Order: sequence, then C-alpha cells, then structure tokens
Amino acid sequence: MALAKRIIPCLDVENGRVVKGVKFLDIRDAGDPVEVAKRYDEQGADEITFLDITASHEGRDTMVHTVERMASQVFIPLTVGGGIRTCEDIRKMLNAGADKVSINTAAVFNPEFVREAAERFGSQCIVVAIDAKKVSQPGEPDKWEIFTHGGRKPTGLDAIEWAKKMVEYGAGEILLTSMDQDGVKNGYDLGVTRAISEAVNVPVIASGGVGNLDHLVEGCIEGKADAVLAASIFHFNEYTIPQAKQYMRERGIEVRL
Amino acid sequence: MSSIAVIDYGMGNLHSVAKALEHVQPGVEVRVTADPEQVRTADRVLLPGVGAIRDCMAEIRRLGVDKEVREAIASGKPFLGICVGYQALMQFSEENEGIDCLGEFEGRVNYFGDDLRDQAGERLKVPHMGWNEVQQSIDHPLWANIDNGTRFYFVHSYYVKLAQREQVAATCNYGVDFDVALAHNNVFAVQFHPEKSHTAGLQLLKNFLNWDGRA
Repeated sequence: MALAKRIIPCLDVENGRVVKGVKFLDIRDAGDPVEVAKRYDEQGADEITFLDITASHEGRDTMVHTVERMASQVFIPLTVGGGIRTCEDIRKMLNAGADKVSINTAAVFNPEFVREAAERFGSQCIVVAIDAKKVSQPGEPDKWEIFTHGGRKPTGLDAIEWAKKMVEYGAGEILLTSMDQDGVKNGYDLGVTRAISEAVNVPVIASGGVGNLDHLVEGCIEGKADAVLAASIFHFNEYTIPQAKQYMRERGIEVRL
Repeated sequence: MSSIAVIDYGMGNLHSVAKALEHVQPGVEVRVTADPEQVRTADRVLLPGVGAIRDCMAEIRRLGVDKEVREAIASGKPFLGICVGYQALMQFSEENEGIDCLGEFEGRVNYFGDDLRDQAGERLKVPHMGWNEVQQSIDHPLWANIDNGTRFYFVHSYYVKLAQREQVAATCNYGVDFDVALAHNNVFAVQFHPEKSHTAGLQLLKNFLNWDGRA
C-alpha cells in the first residue's frame, strides 16, 4: 500500500492540434488533443500533459479553448506547459480547467516569477520544467547544465543547484527533461534524474528519451522519479498505458490499475 | 431538477468540479457562487478550496462564507467539503504559522514534515501528490459502488486528524496514518479531489448528488 508512481502521456500541441501525430486506430480525429486525451483517460493514464508549442499569441488563445474542452470531458489532472510567462497566463489556464502549469524558460530568465506564481496560486499548481544536458566529460565528476531553446542555448546553471533553488522559490513539482536523451529513445538520463530526485523534497517527473517499457521501470527504480512522462511510445500504439502499468507492476512498482 | 451551490471564495479553479457535477448528472443546476441567497436556496452545498489556508480562511471570513457554511451544515442539507474545503472545517491548521479554522468539527490539520519516510525508511516527497489508496472506515451512501482501497487523486502537504474517531469515514497512509474522509450527519468531506479521480471520483460525486443527507 503506497502512493502509485504516475504515468503521464504528453502531447505537443500547436494551434490547437496535436503535432508529431498520434495514431489510435479507432479515433477518427487523432489530431484533436481532447480526443487523444480522452483515449488516454480511458486507458487509465494518471495525468495528462499538454505542451503548447504554438509560436503566436493568437494560437495561445486556441490552447485556452482546448483546455476548457478537455476539462469538461476528462476528469484526471491536466498540466499545461509552453509559453507560460506571466501570472495572467497562469490565471487563464487555471480558470480554463488546468490543474497545474509548467514554467520553463521564463523561470530561467526571471526566477522571481516562480516565487510570485507560487505565492499567488499555490505551489501545488506550479511545475518548473528543467531541460538538463550532461556537460562533464567521461572520467570527470558528473555535471549537468540547464539549457533553453530546445537544448540549443546553455545557461551556465548547474541543474541540481537550479532544481533546489526552484523548489525554494515555490515549485511544487519538477519536470526534468534530460536533453541529450530526448527523442533518441535510449531512456532517461538516470544519473541526473536520481541526483535531482534525491536533492529536492518535491515530486520529480522524468521525461525525455523513452523508447520502451524498461525505460519507465528504470526511471522509477534507478532514477527514483515519482512520475514518468512519455510521448511517442504511447502515441503510436507501440505500447498502451495498461501494458506499461502491468509491466511496471510485475517489476515491483506500485501503479494504479 | 436539483441545484447545488459550489461556494466560490476566489481560491482556485472551480471549473473542473462544476463540469464534473454536470457530467455525472446532466441537467443539475450548478451555482458557482458566494451569494448567501444562492447558497441558502440550493439543495446541496459544496465547499471546495485549494492553496494556502491563511488566504482561504481570510477570503472565507471576508465574504461571509463562514456563516453560509454554518447555516448549510445546520440546515441538514447534503454538504460536501473537498481538500482545503475539508481542512477549513477543522479547528486549527499548522499551516502559515498556525491558523484558526471554522471549528465545525474537532480536529487539527498537521504538516507531513520535511523528513517523512515510509515503513521501509524510503523518503517520501511532500506534497503528497498522486493516486493513493483510500481505506473506507464505515459504510456510507457516498461510498456506494466504490471498492474499498480504491485510489483517489491527492495533492496536499497538510493532513487532517479528527478528534472524534466515529466521524472518520476513510483513512490513508503516507508516512503517517491520516483521516481522508469525514462523515457526520449531513456532512461529508474528503481530502482527495473527486473531480480529478477518474471514474471513482465521478462515482463519489454522483453519490453525493443522489444523497438525501442521511448517513
């Protein structure tokens, strides 16, 4: 009897449509984030994350409507990330029905924003997203740095110190994406996942690089993550959420079935 | 059609809970309101709440919600508290250096602690965030069609301990044993979020909408 490790499918959304594609044989419109979220909800996902990659402001309003539609039909927690820069952005998303917002680049450029947001809305809805890349060479002590702009721009910030600082500022959860792994499907960077999970007292969601179900297991056991996020392995029906949960349970991980 | 007042004192998003109620009982009149008349004339009352207790209690008192809650509980109509709306019914919370709450029930709201561990000695994160098993302590109409031990979604750093053990409707364990549901006459209150707890949560809300307020 214990708290279950959470499995969180993540959808990249642009102008109100899922990008990178999601293939469910029995959904007519796999581009509609709400349809996809409903399917994951039926499968037993523990949470859903929408990542808004829309560039324009007008597109952002589309996201608000998407969140509203989602919140009327899907009754599990929803996190919205991407383009959250002001308290007004947060207020809009929460009012539309999001449970948490994820702050990324804005936190790097203005850490006080995290403090302000946590004070105003409560830490429980403030997730700080961290994109970390290993910068130490083989043979050197491990070191990970925070990157922005999809992993292109180094910031000089040490990932572990940054995570601790963000929690001190009021982050209620850390969404950790290990950049060197992302999309490569070699699994999470377990070193940085474990280091951050042990360094902070709030839940850590592991993200980036999931290619198979063993990666989810490793993220929980070796990475000590409290939740595991994945995109493509679920989107293309390589694995379903129940398969993932069953697999994890067989390996001794507490899950919600 | 029956009506339910979801008391809006400005703390957090009430969209989800309103939508969940409409979802389980299409046609139900959901009033998201702090207006005393709207609350008084509703068939059922729901007190939600998220965020810090100091801010919640300040708004509850400023808007006169304390009086509305007392009247609703005294009226005998079905009353449901959720999360901070449950904690607010207690006498006192440790949060924000100690805050006096509504005192409708004898109990305290305590911090999980910075060095919380499970029985095996593994460190437990705070907030308690995610899906945990709810052990029902009593039979109650609100537990209808919900299996004992079902997981519900939680997000909180402070937990309720009730002084009157016969009021405990369910418990949970996260480093400590704590009381996640209260039942007393026409009042039911829960620490978890039924509006975010998938089918089990929706079932509980449905049970509430069908409940006559008698245990």
